Amino acid sequence: MFADYDEIIERISVNQLWDFPGGVHPPQQKALSNQSNIETLPLDKTFYVPIKQHIGVDGRIIVSEGDSVLKGQALTASEAPFSVPVHAPTSGIVKKVTEHVSAHPSGIPELSIIIDADGQDTWIPLKPVADYAKTGKSELIERICDAGISGMGGAGFPTHIKSNNTKPLEFLIINGIECEPYISSDDRLMREHAWQIRQGIDILVHILQPRQVIIAVEDNKPEALETMSIACQQKTNYQVVSVPTKYPAGGEKQLVQVLTSREVPSDGLPIDVGCIMYNVGTCYAIADAIVEGKPLIERVVTLTGKSFKSPKNVWARLGTPIQTLLKHGDYDDSTQSSPRFIMGGPMMGFTVTSLLTPIVKISNCILVPADNELPHPDDERACIRCSACSDACPASLLPQQLFWYSKSKELEKAEEYNLFDCIECGACAYVCPSEIPLVHYYRQAKADIRNQREEKEKSDKAKIRFEARKARLQKEKEEREEKHRIAAEARKASLNKDGGAAKDKIAAALARAKAKKEALAKKQTQNEAPGATAPESDKTEVVSKDEVSAESASSQTAVSTANETEQAEQVLSSTANESSDITAEEDAEESAKATAAAKKKRVAAAVAKAKAKKLAAKQIKKENNES
Amino acid sequence: MTMLSLSSSPHHHNRRDTGQVMRLVCYAAIPGILTNVWFFGFGILVQAALAIVTAVVTEGVIMELRKKKTERILKDYSAVLAALLLAISIPPLAPWWVIVIGTFFAIAIVKQLYGGLGYNMFNPAMAAYVMLLISFPVQMTSWLPPLSIAEQSHTLWDAVHTIFTGFTSTGFSVEQLKVGVDGATMATPLDAVKTALLQGYTVTEAQEHIIFDGQYGKGWFWVAMAYLAGGLFLIKTKVINWHIPGSMLAAAALLSLVLFLLDGDQYASPLFHIFNGSLVLGAFFIATDPVSASTTIRGRLIFGAAIGFWVIIIRNWGGYPDAIAFAVLIMNMAVPLIDYYTQPRTYGHKSKARKSS
Repeated sequence: MFADYDEIIERISVNQLWDFPGGVHPPQQKALSNQSNIETLPLDKTFYVPIKQHIGVDGRIIVSEGDSVLKGQALTASEAPFSVPVHAPTSGIVKKVTEHVSAHPSGIPELSIIIDADGQDTWIPLKPVADYAKTGKSELIERICDAGISGMGGAGFPTHIKSNNTKPLEFLIINGIECEPYISSDDRLMREHAWQIRQGIDILVHILQPRQVIIAVEDNKPEALETMSIACQQKTNYQVVSVPTKYPAGGEKQLVQVLTSREVPSDGLPIDVGCIMYNVGTCYAIADAIVEGKPLIERVVTLTGKSFKSPKNVWARLGTPIQTLLKHGDYDDSTQSSPRFIMGGPMMGFTVTSLLTPIVKISNCILVPADNELPHPDDERACIRCSACSDACPASLLPQQLFWYSKSKELEKAEEYNLFDCIECGACAYVCPSEIPLVHYYRQAKADIRNQREEKEKSDKAKIRFEARKARLQKEKEEREEKHRIAAEARKASLNKDGGAAKDKIAAALARAKAKKEALAKKQTQNEAPGATAPESDKTEVVSKDEVSAESASSQTAVSTANETEQAEQVLSSTANESSDITAEEDAEESAKATAAAKKKRVAAAVAKAKAKKLAAKQIKKENNES
Repeated sequence: MTMLSLSSSPHHHNRRDTGQVMRLVCYAAIPGILTNVWFFGFGILVQAALAIVTAVVTEGVIMELRKKKTERILKDYSAVLAALLLAISIPPLAPWWVIVIGTFFAIAIVKQLYGGLGYNMFNPAMAAYVMLLISFPVQMTSWLPPLSIAEQSHTLWDAVHTIFTGFTSTGFSVEQLKVGVDGATMATPLDAVKTALLQGYTVTEAQEHIIFDGQYGKGWFWVAMAYLAGGLFLIKTKVINWHIPGSMLAAAALLSLVLFLLDGDQYASPLFHIFNGSLVLGAFFIATDPVSASTTIRGRLIFGAAIGFWVIIIRNWGGYPDAIAFAVLIMNMAVPLIDYYTQPRTYGHKSKARKSS
């Protein structure tokens, strides 16, 4: 399906590249900012350094408020693999460690270290690597991590993770495409620092050992193409390639496709198709880290848009608030009816929520458009299914379907239509004649799906816990029932051991008691003593309370006679009923033991009563005989 | 601190909106309409005016009823375009109430009752056309001969008069206007051939009729060429893609070629089919209606080709001489199915099949 190594090499050597589907050609506007050399900003007073400026996890803060720090001193320590440290952009005092507005579309405050510059700008002692070619791979990777380098093209992926590759690598791709309109920071960097970029590439080659290096530059940057070609001309396996200008050719997946015809698998990485890609800015930072021993504390930022009187590129230290940059580019607020500042380019950048938003490792541009330059979007109209969006989509998605399902919250369908393969390049929304903010809908839907997944994970866990508890209770219940069954059998057995005789005796006694009762009933109707029956109920209660011994029962029964017998019968039968009731009640686990004890007592009481009855019956018999 | 204005990326936008797209299609139809005026008189202009007024009023009233932003929605020009397409599809001197009923049906029933722009399953102009054709067959088949061979010519005022009263200002009826210089009632080229074939003539014999110039109907050929030019302009300006018109014309040509080669006496040539009737108009202006057409690239090819096949099938074996409207409606119904099975392979996915969930 994909081209093999030799075919790719051959096509690259004659500059016959592949293409990616879709794409758009928005006005370039590069000339606005790429005409002059990169300037250095005067030292600012206060820096706001967010402790996390990359994809991954925070480092541990190793300075505290009031500490003085030197320029380049690490402020956090990398303790997890997906963590890179941040460094002090200048020497000064740690004023505060607090939440500060983040360089993120939401602007949600993030933990940041605020540093007051002391004006000295004193470096920590730098420890360059004397000869990287004689240094081990793992040490270089550690150095890259310690320098705080993460991908500077936009994603902010930790560079040391990418560099720690063990799979066979065919193509090391250096991304100098910079396909977003307006931005020219990579362009200027390549023009002015091609040699240092080349050094960074050399280090990466030493670490990664690729078969071929491809340096890709879009053909709208002829000067950068030339400087890079000159810088790399002695290297036979370095090829500088001119890529036709089309947005988003600089997307990692799209560039892999353009250069190699290969597609990064949906759930994979470029290395799965033999490629690893670095931004030119990252290469520059790697060279700084290894050759100079300098950590990443500044980057090139493009100040552009027609609201800047003097658009340009500047070296901005990480943590510089954008208000400093606005001042430096001569921001003219009369050009904007409502102030709007975009961090990044016009296609994928985001509007910042505060002028104190800091420059971070991935901030390549501050775009401040005049009102008539990038007009505020109109209200969206109905989708007419013109499919201009699917013609523009570089991932061959069907944006109109994704929009339909995202808007109607049919998230499963949206996922089925590969929502998560959307790279949010904005080409679809750029061409949409109904001005639908498509990417906004996709972000919303993605967030909803992620939330749902989290919810589902939580509820799945809860379900597992619930099922486990249910199973445990069931098991306990079964065990209990088994115990009861054994106990009941034991009772039965012991009853049988006493012999049928015992049963017969009881039966005989009952029969006698019945006869007696009838006789007594006659007697009672004749000379009734009403008080005689009243205490009976009390007595029954006492009996059922089971404290009573057989002896006391017998003495009491001696006093009152025939009714007692009837009561005893009732107790016996009710005990039988109760035992089945109890089984039903046993779900209440805690009360089970108590109930069992009560049951035992009741049985004991019943037995005692039966005995008492027998005794009573005997007495009555005796009396009868006597009378 | 001042509130900063926030918006979602992209901040850049192509400056062509829906209204512009619709207007460009209207403009692209102008050469065809003018050619039509040249050969068949002013009726088409009167019909277009009636249709556009009806469409705007209908859509405006419904938007008010639905409490939408009326002015803003009218500015998308979709109602105007639908009305225009219906007007150029019906006989130029059809009575005024035909186009009014048709346009009202297209806008109110086919478009708005389904939810308005973007939600209609059927092409409004074609659904209305079919409704009119079935309901008013006489009025809807009263096509005029080209003025060059008509016994009576008519002016713009005659056209208005006829459309509103049924008679020209000098008292001629539409039936009389249909009479050619040879005193016989005229028909469209497609109708003439169909009738002749039924009477046992061959295609070649049928084409000896006065309305033909070679195998093309007089006037009709140039009207088709004018629409072709307009259509190519739309492709050039990227208002439409080539897929639907391309596959539609190719499929119609292919099927008619096969039939023509099998039996040239019974079946007309591909060129006859393409340049007579409304195949070119249909291919570039009607089947390309984005709302009711397929949205994937392979889907558009299938959609267009199937319409092309249906047109030739109905023309040769069906009851109607032309078939664009029926073919388009049939394929409108198939669009959800076509779209479902022609999804493109997403970047980084192996098969064209969707991710099994």
